[in-house]
Amino acid sequence: MQQLSVRHLLGIKNINQNDIQLIFETADTFKEVLNRPIKKVPSLRDVTIANVFFENSTRTRLSFELAQKRLSADVINFSSSSSSVKKGETLLDTVNNILAMKVDMIVMRHSSPGAPHFLARHVKANIVNAGDGTHEHPTQALLDSFSIREKFGEVRGKKVAIIGDILHSRVALSNIFALQKQGAEVMVCGPVTLLPRYINELGVKVELDVRKALQWCDVANVLRIQLERQQIKYFPSLREYSLYYGINKAMLDSLDKEILLMHPGPINRGVELTSDAADSHHSVILNQVENGVAIRMAVLYLLAQATS
Amino acid sequence: MQKRILFDSQLLDLTLNRLCQQLIENHDAFEQTVILGMQPRGIFLADRLQQKLTGLLGKEILTGHLDTTFYRDDFRRRESPLKPNTTHVPFIIEDKKVILVDDVLFTGRTVRAALDAMIAFGRPKKVELLVMVDRKYSRDLPIEPFYIGRQVNTIMSQRVLVEWKEQGAAEDAIWLIT
Repeated sequence: MQQLSVRHLLGIKNINQNDIQLIFETADTFKEVLNRPIKKVPSLRDVTIANVFFENSTRTRLSFELAQKRLSADVINFSSSSSSVKKGETLLDTVNNILAMKVDMIVMRHSSPGAPHFLARHVKANIVNAGDGTHEHPTQALLDSFSIREKFGEVRGKKVAIIGDILHSRVALSNIFALQKQGAEVMVCGPVTLLPRYINELGVKVELDVRKALQWCDVANVLRIQLERQQIKYFPSLREYSLYYGINKAMLDSLDKEILLMHPGPINRGVELTSDAADSHHSVILNQVENGVAIRMAVLYLLAQATS
Repeated sequence: MQKRILFDSQLLDLTLNRLCQQLIENHDAFEQTVILGMQPRGIFLADRLQQKLTGLLGKEILTGHLDTTFYRDDFRRRESPLKPNTTHVPFIIEDKKVILVDDVLFTGRTVRAALDAMIAFGRPKKVELLVMVDRKYSRDLPIEPFYIGRQVNTIMSQRVLVEWKEQGAAEDAIWLIT
């Protein structure tokens, strides 16, 4: 029987194409479970999971918590704003204290890149990275690819443009790894100040004109401008950004083909996407959220078996 | 390794006919009765029964495929991980009589998981178990079948191999491997 090649889901970089395939096939069965009258299975009834969030989150946290509850796991939640971290406790001490209460898995979001990798080296529990700073957000990339696979049948050979703040986006990096491992073509598009300096080494196309990017792609994955991570000004004003890089319905309608519009959320309506584009028939944004629960159930289910 | 045949395709067909007659005796026109085949191998038997019953009764019999993976009691307790199969139950079993179908009954643990799994689709009025091969004296749980193709005395180390044409075998056959 197939098994994941890893004990932790730290990033897409660390897993292989077979792992991605196994996660997708497992998620297919969980998607069926989520459409039943009773949406719960008892698989993880003896597993305790801690959701440790050192950074704000709505979607990811709710999605993980729901996935855990649908699998009948015991769940504890922790957020740094209301904890002893404010009193000066280190990350490792905090986590070891949680683990002393016999926790089997940790789902962690942290503002420092590499925080879950550090944890995986020092603790015994399975770690799931729910976003580490500007580095990786593996479950988001998996659910994005899963949504593409659902619409097109497969990811291989598809052209995907990632548009927006590439520099500060963990979603962009995880998506680039995930899409390339599955044989898709990837383009990044954004103002030159928001593209990482060494982006060419990742083997992706770079485009500065959003119209050309839309014309090229089958799927446009639009990202939010992460103002909270920007200490300096990367562009003159949000108004100017939305004028040059904002996507509206007229642009989508003017293309000579149908493209899929994705967004990991939260959307800043009127900045990267106008409301008429976000709510148009091109958009699969809410499908992504729905698939997120099935993907996270699959990841937790497979990692829970990797312990024994 | 020794291979002893339990059913060749002819005997299998005869036995299927007999089981269908027994089912009709107890369920008349199958008005409130559904068939649930257990993944991964009980589904072939369930589909065969459905075909035969449809021929005999001249109506479609509600048939579903039930996967028990998420309800098993050996999750995280076995060497190899469990990979789920598809569940396809396109109806609600509330107040229905359910005939649970599997090819081989051994410890009874999969049947216990199936009893759990089917509750997600409603509360059945009654559940009966149909198996092709009943391995006697090997049960871990108090579970016994209603309809039996054949009972065999086996020991733990023996294995029952079931081959269906639908899976790519040349002929339907059931073997006892020692």
